[in-house]
Amino acid sequence: MAAVLRRSLVTLVKDLGGPRWLQLASRPLSVSAGLRSSETPPARADTTFKVTMVPGDGVGPELMTSVKEVFKAGDIPVEFEEFHLSEVQNMASEEKLDQVLTSMRNNKVAIKGKIHTPMEYKGELASYEMKLRRKLDLFANVVHVNSLPGYNTRHNNLDLVIIREQTEGEYSSLEHESVSGVIECLKIITREKSRRIAKFAFDYATKKGRNKVTAVHKANIMKLGDGLFLQSCAEVAQLYPKIKYENIIIDNCCMQLVQNPYQFDVLVMPNLYGNIIDNLAAGLVGGAGVVPGESYSAEYAVFETGARHPFAQAVGRNIANPTAMLLSAANMLRHLNLEYHSQMVTDAVKRVIKQGKVRTGDLGGYATSDEFTRAVIANLAV
Amino acid sequence: MQTVTLIPGDGIGPEISAAVVKIFDAAKAPIRWEERNVTAIKGPGGKWMIPPDAKESMDRSKIGLKGPLKTPIAAGHPSMNLLLRKTFDLYANVRPCVTIEGYKTPYTDVNLVTIRENTEGEYSGIEHVIVDGVVQSIKLITENASRRIAEYAFEYARNNQRSSVTAVHKANIMRMSDGLFLRKCREVAENYKDIKFTEMYLDTVCLNMVQDPTQFDVLVMPNLYGDILSDLCAGLIGGLGVTPSGNIGANGVAIFESVHGTAPDIAGMDLANPTALLLSAVMMLRHMGLHEFAHRIQTACFNTIRDKKVLTKDLGGSSKCSEFTAEICRRVQDLA
Repeated sequence: MAAVLRRSLVTLVKDLGGPRWLQLASRPLSVSAGLRSSETPPARADTTFKVTMVPGDGVGPELMTSVKEVFKAGDIPVEFEEFHLSEVQNMASEEKLDQVLTSMRNNKVAIKGKIHTPMEYKGELASYEMKLRRKLDLFANVVHVNSLPGYNTRHNNLDLVIIREQTEGEYSSLEHESVSGVIECLKIITREKSRRIAKFAFDYATKKGRNKVTAVHKANIMKLGDGLFLQSCAEVAQLYPKIKYENIIIDNCCMQLVQNPYQFDVLVMPNLYGNIIDNLAAGLVGGAGVVPGESYSAEYAVFETGARHPFAQAVGRNIANPTAMLLSAANMLRHLNLEYHSQMVTDAVKRVIKQGKVRTGDLGGYATSDEFTRAVIANLAV
Repeated sequence: MQTVTLIPGDGIGPEISAAVVKIFDAAKAPIRWEERNVTAIKGPGGKWMIPPDAKESMDRSKIGLKGPLKTPIAAGHPSMNLLLRKTFDLYANVRPCVTIEGYKTPYTDVNLVTIRENTEGEYSGIEHVIVDGVVQSIKLITENASRRIAEYAFEYARNNQRSSVTAVHKANIMRMSDGLFLRKCREVAENYKDIKFTEMYLDTVCLNMVQDPTQFDVLVMPNLYGDILSDLCAGLIGGLGVTPSGNIGANGVAIFESVHGTAPDIAGMDLANPTALLLSAVMMLRHMGLHEFAHRIQTACFNTIRDKKVLTKDLGGSSKCSEFTAEICRRVQDLA
């Protein structure tokens, strides 16, 4: 306990930018991290951490290569257990999924690319991406949208957090053809899951020292379904009197995000709206290549990109931007209590972006993915 | 001379409707207005309906122009907009979003049209509580409605000299329902070889839209996605105060409207901005084939905004609604 406290103080002094100790104490989501933290000194680790890696489809494997190279160069004590799960390359099966799940149960932490979902309906309504989410009960997706210093977009200095419920709602995979030519698709909203995500959002806001939580909904049309979500949020909000609570209708929210995104702090919403807002907000700060994301269950944490796209048209062209995945990997290190290494990777990535010399095409540069990765490695303060 | 049913609406509705009528007079547009008020009344059997004289007028004229209507919350009757939509089977909502020169937003050169299926999807209104704490909402996608909206989108693209149609969907998640919508779009696209057809996930559209909206042309989509995207696109060009909208129905019926609120706080104070309703009226003229009048009124409106001399408060000026209207009238006459 004393060690934890001392370290907290050191970090606090080192970084006056924010209430770090809050973040250090903010990891109830991973049992393993909590247990290991007391023995692991921040700068030097005796043990290596095992992390499950699912590169996924599209540019996923390329991004993972970047992560692995940076980790190797930074001498970061993490060992990956790699699993290739893909629906489009005939590499998906129940056995494969089980292997991933077993590995996850041991490691508790994973880094993951997007598993592409083929559009063609072949009798199976749930995709592997969804199956994985459900089996691990990864109910909360967190995307922290933060402008990158040095890269200008139409909206600079953005800082908002999007928290999305991702196990029910429109993604319930319940559809049927009631009569020929008429399809019914069920959206399920439950009080239990609505309250759970609302609580997660308010806990997150409390821990990260944020002031406001806004629930996004369409309760004027879906009076019962979204109404239940909204009511659950309002009930949970009462337990957190220090955090301001508001709500906004999804279409207005999208309009406000492009006109004045600064009014938002933490946003919480059901599944489909989360998908929309995640992508919209990622677009505001530079696109799918720069925004990290993470998914949590009570036990597991999965680190991925904020806007989840396979970006298949870029495969093998060495043009994908590794920024989002590297930042996500850095967040993973922080989750593992490798604070020092996390900061090292984050700083290196941000420095490269800020210098502006080595940038991938999506940020208006000419560098390849490899060149970007090498620039990050060169900037690692090992 | 063609007759148009005018529904002034509530709040600032009457002022901005009067402004549009004035500008149309100045342009000598061959339109005869038939003013009707719309409030929900309870018909026989307790069914909510719009007043018979309004319905009868619309049935005759087929074309309507409508200001904002207030929907009393929890008053027991459905939203008037929904009621109008149902009464006249207005299945397509069309919103052109074009950057207005002189009205600065972070986005320039936006020029796209969202076409939204307006009758089914997530807005079917079918919901039930299965057990306490579990709600099931039904999203309905039908073959007929999907084909109808797809056909409208391609027809629209062809008639308005637009080169591509993008179907927006989420068929990777909702494989059957959105899958059906997408299949119908693909089928219809086969008959319109002159128009380029692409399909895109809703999330990808959102991501790309805020980064570079210029890549989009005509977008067609189911109800909820349309609701969200049309407002998002309105945000790109400056909000609902400058975005026109049209609802197209079967048998040639169409109602054009401004989609902003009734702004009760400034109602009757001569401060409202009539641009959205005016541009909706311009859409209406185009729909009726009166292209020359449409062009003249639109040019007068855009020039007024571009010159920044006489602008209402929300557009960044200090003029009254009547002054803004008079300025447009003057320019309309000059252009004649």
